[in-house]
Amino acid sequence: MDEMLIRLHGLTKLYGSQRALDGVDLELGRGKIVGLLGPNGSGKTTMIKLLCGLLRPTAGEVLIDGALPGPYTKSVISYLPDRMYFADWMKTSDLVDFFTDFYADFDRKKAAEMFSALNIRPGDRIRTMSKGTKEKVQLVLVMSRRAQLYLLDEPIAGVDPAARDFILSTILTNYNESGTVLISTHLIADVERVLDEAVFLQNGHVVRHDTVDHIRELEGKSVDQLFREIFRAVPYQGGDL
Amino acid sequence: MQWKLTDDRPIWLQLTEQLTERIVSGVYPTGSRMPPVRELAAEAGVNPNTMQRALAQLEADGLVATNRTAGRTVTEDAEAVGRVRGRLAEEKMELYVTGMATLGYSEEEAASLLMQRRRK
Repeated sequence: MDEMLIRLHGLTKLYGSQRALDGVDLELGRGKIVGLLGPNGSGKTTMIKLLCGLLRPTAGEVLIDGALPGPYTKSVISYLPDRMYFADWMKTSDLVDFFTDFYADFDRKKAAEMFSALNIRPGDRIRTMSKGTKEKVQLVLVMSRRAQLYLLDEPIAGVDPAARDFILSTILTNYNESGTVLISTHLIADVERVLDEAVFLQNGHVVRHDTVDHIRELEGKSVDQLFREIFRAVPYQGGDL
Repeated sequence: MQWKLTDDRPIWLQLTEQLTERIVSGVYPTGSRMPPVRELAAEAGVNPNTMQRALAQLEADGLVATNRTAGRTVTEDAEAVGRVRGRLAEEKMELYVTGMATLGYSEEEAASLLMQRRRK
């Protein structure tokens, strides 16, 4: 077992001439909740897709538990994409069967308990669910696996604050202790308290990687405030005078 | 009791302070068993590792002891708890006195105003 769960060396991804990630070196340990923070277009989703093997790097290397992305790494990664990938005619019970078939580490009982806590019935169809409920359904499925690495791409975007609290507490109480959770988001104020570490991405580069408490200690401000300073955009002041 | 976390300081420090307050005020009585880390973390909505760090500080402060059989318990040493309580009370008094000083009250005036308030 590699002591570092994730090792990225010189990771680079080009889309045509567009550099989405540019020589990223990063190591993440086990048993941590890590925020992947950056504005839109900074490379968060690209990094997550490279980690789960959906994209191949243009240059550099991804190692998960010491292995290159492949069947082994897929078996230990539980991935929540940034958009829904289930057919909308499916029912909650279909999805549970689906996950049971696909993943040996899927815990049906745990999923059933979480669904009933949320008043989501096995016969409910995705088509009839609200946006927030759909997000919750996907999160329940993803967190019901006993994975080593949970990759959550924008799990709290587009849901109301109460649903956010539910999602964050689900993450806190359900991740397995030797597993690491990587949450990508730009809604930092909401996730800050649950994070051990923060990784700041800007234009495809890691510009900062530190623990949340160390950042607060050094800067005397929250990670959210620091983020706003690093990524401040100068407002357009109108045309020339 | 609610957890109050502000933005400007490390979270673990704030947790340590609030756990300490809970111990000196008897929310967690001397000799009693502390709730498990995960439960405390979920209640405060924070990362379990952060709560763990706060509890480690309480251990270093001698307010909490970990033993193999009973888990984590509040110290039996009521005197030690009393000393911490006294120190916290002094800090609060200092805050009051300096706050009143900015309004132009001397320490004596501040004290007598406080007594009058109590008689009301």
